[in-house]
Amino acid sequence: SPHRTHRRAPPGAVPTMNCRAEVLEVSVEGRQVEEAMLAVLHTVLLHRSTGKFHYKKEGTYSIGTVGTQDVDCDFIDFAYVRVSSEELDRALRKAVGEFKDALRNSGSDGMGQISLEFYQKKKSRWPFSDECIPWELWTIKVNVVNLANEQERQICREKVGEKLCEKIINIVEVMNRHEYLPKMPTQSEVDNVFDTSLKDVQPYLYKISYQITDSLGTSVTTTMRRLIKDTLAL
Amino acid sequence: AMDTDLSSQDRKDLDKFIKFFALKTVQVIVQARLGEKICTRSSSSPTGSDWFNLAIKDIPEVTHEAKKALAGQLPAVGRSMCVEISLKTSEGDSMELEIWCLEMNEKCDKEIKVSYTVYNRLSLLLKSLLAITRVTPAYRLSRKQGHEYVILYRIYFGEVQLSGLGEGFQTVRVGTVGTPVGTITLSCAYRINLAFMSTRQFERTPPIMGIIIDHFVDRPYPSSSPMHPCNYRAGEDNGAVYPSAEDSQEVCTTSFSTSPPSQCVFTVTKAHFQTPPPVVTDTLKVPVMGLAFSHQLSSSHLSYQPAALGVGSADMGYPVLFAGGLNAAHPHQLIGPGKEGGVPPIPSQPAHGTQADQERMCTPLDGVHYSAATPSSSEDTETVSNSSEGKCGSPHDLLETIFIRKVGAFVNKPINQVTMANLDIPFAMFAPKNVELEDNDPMVNPPDSPETESPLQGSLHSEGSSGSSTGNTHDDFVMIDFKPAFSKDDILPMDLGTFYREFQNPPQLSSLSIDIGAQSMAEDLDSLPEKLAVHEKNVKEFDAFVETLQ
Repeated sequence: SPHRTHRRAPPGAVPTMNCRAEVLEVSVEGRQVEEAMLAVLHTVLLHRSTGKFHYKKEGTYSIGTVGTQDVDCDFIDFAYVRVSSEELDRALRKAVGEFKDALRNSGSDGMGQISLEFYQKKKSRWPFSDECIPWELWTIKVNVVNLANEQERQICREKVGEKLCEKIINIVEVMNRHEYLPKMPTQSEVDNVFDTSLKDVQPYLYKISYQITDSLGTSVTTTMRRLIKDTLAL
Repeated sequence: AMDTDLSSQDRKDLDKFIKFFALKTVQVIVQARLGEKICTRSSSSPTGSDWFNLAIKDIPEVTHEAKKALAGQLPAVGRSMCVEISLKTSEGDSMELEIWCLEMNEKCDKEIKVSYTVYNRLSLLLKSLLAITRVTPAYRLSRKQGHEYVILYRIYFGEVQLSGLGEGFQTVRVGTVGTPVGTITLSCAYRINLAFMSTRQFERTPPIMGIIIDHFVDRPYPSSSPMHPCNYRAGEDNGAVYPSAEDSQEVCTTSFSTSPPSQCVFTVTKAHFQTPPPVVTDTLKVPVMGLAFSHQLSSSHLSYQPAALGVGSADMGYPVLFAGGLNAAHPHQLIGPGKEGGVPPIPSQPAHGTQADQERMCTPLDGVHYSAATPSSSEDTETVSNSSEGKCGSPHDLLETIFIRKVGAFVNKPINQVTMANLDIPFAMFAPKNVELEDNDPMVNPPDSPETESPLQGSLHSEGSSGSSTGNTHDDFVMIDFKPAFSKDDILPMDLGTFYREFQNPPQLSSLSIDIGAQSMAEDLDSLPEKLAVHEKNVKEFDAFVETLQ
């Protein structure tokens, strides 16, 4: 990649149009949806999580340690690494589980997408509410295929495994570009940049949403309750 | 700082970061090839000694080897640190699988902050390395090591040597980090012609029959660095202790909650397969090296001539030892030294392996005997004889059969029942000659089914395609002749198998053909009111949902 000069954003500046967006597409069997989504989301969050910050005097801080672990997939010939945090894993599984159910219940052709968005909060003065400004958006488009027999399933196990390897390489390529990341915050700003609610790791603030495409081609938006609440909150 | 020259403190920090980055890189790579799942814990309170804020365990022997290779130097232009991962079979043949390269180039980023940005980006790069080490082909191979092969590593410093990877190797870049003294690059070059090593073939083989291969041969240290098994570990009580560090204050020696087993173990190898394993996959690349492999494999044991492959590096290294790496299907334990009778202890000096067959010893593991678990083994169960010299067990020719991978259920038979009608294997023209013996087998070549007339021509995968496969079989499918159960039917003149083949690929339904496109569009439009009615019926649900959000 071309040599980039590292430039600091001026203090207080928040990027407006700087949200980079990456789209990944996968075709999987129904029973592979969860594992495939988790593999991608966990790989992104591995790169977008730090140890817990501990602020000390004079604005310095120390950072906790992030552990990692291998996860084997049951329905895909694939393994990936995730951050060792049960809370984070539970949150992702919950989101992915809802996505999978929505896909299954929608009666659609099995197409949908799940998005992982990293954002910063910008506090506004009353009466304006805080803004959520995205700086990175990952979208995984999913196409669910139905397979007729065991032979096809076995091939699918391997093929999807190979595809996921490619996706991991793609994700790592993006991460390596060292493009915009929120500036490391002071103690008072840390909750505008990071999700500090977990006890063992600290991912950047993120939200997960998904959409199911029904058979008429229109998009039925289903979002996490929290996302909608945030938007409606005053 | 905007100074063009690095402050001395920054320079010292940078050198330290690069050094420990190199050491951690080696740990991540070797640990990813141990054959085990790695798990380390997150810790919210900083322990103060976890480099790059990541919990990466330090295996002392690995650190020792890395430091030895670096010999106090740091990666610089033209001086790269390389971790070579190779595979070594129980027969003693080895093959390079990957070279991981940590390089430095001249592109400097003078403005970057060392203590902050460079450090964090190195941390990010290690995370990328964790991710990428699981997606190259060697990962899956290393997870299944222990039966027919083990995975070894070798660290060297200097010029990158990629010639041992065979033709057509691929590279993946893990990432780069710019620093004021140059840009650090981490990448992996990996062999892709692993076609002969379908990982599934190793899953199906029964566990080792209690044979040990002992590669111990004392040899003076060679000039190039020795190979080490990825999962060799000295026992705690063994005395083969490596100094943890000269600068002990800086090295992370924090132990983490789940560490791999530390007992010494020996290789076990199997004398023969009891089920002919599939040896080919659908790998697309067919470089010359791979062909040499497969051809050899078809006619002999899982061995190949290193000379034919141009694998130059001598087979030297530690005794081929490895820890568990076993999947749940094979829950047997490997034995530590001195704990079971007849097992030679690991010397505290690392010894070097050898290709010489005659130096192997086969020693039965007392009390450890495995029987095959595969269904077809009943015909050819053969216990391994506990001979003490030479090749272990009876040289049952395990790979005299080539087994087409994609076969239907219940077809787990030797080759004489497999038709080569559709050679789906990637280098079919090099398939062994013995398949031609099957020409006369009526199971393989059924007597004249009316092939040209019927549209089906042997493919189960018509997938609704309008055309019929005209005489040559579909790419994805191999036709296996089989005797369907209960297929004797006196009423019909033809047998069930023929009937099935005849009619399994019926022509496409006319309603699905394009001519009727217009008609189905009208039907779609007609169905719209119905769909709208369904949505309207559910409007209460939607409203209720919105209510809950208030």
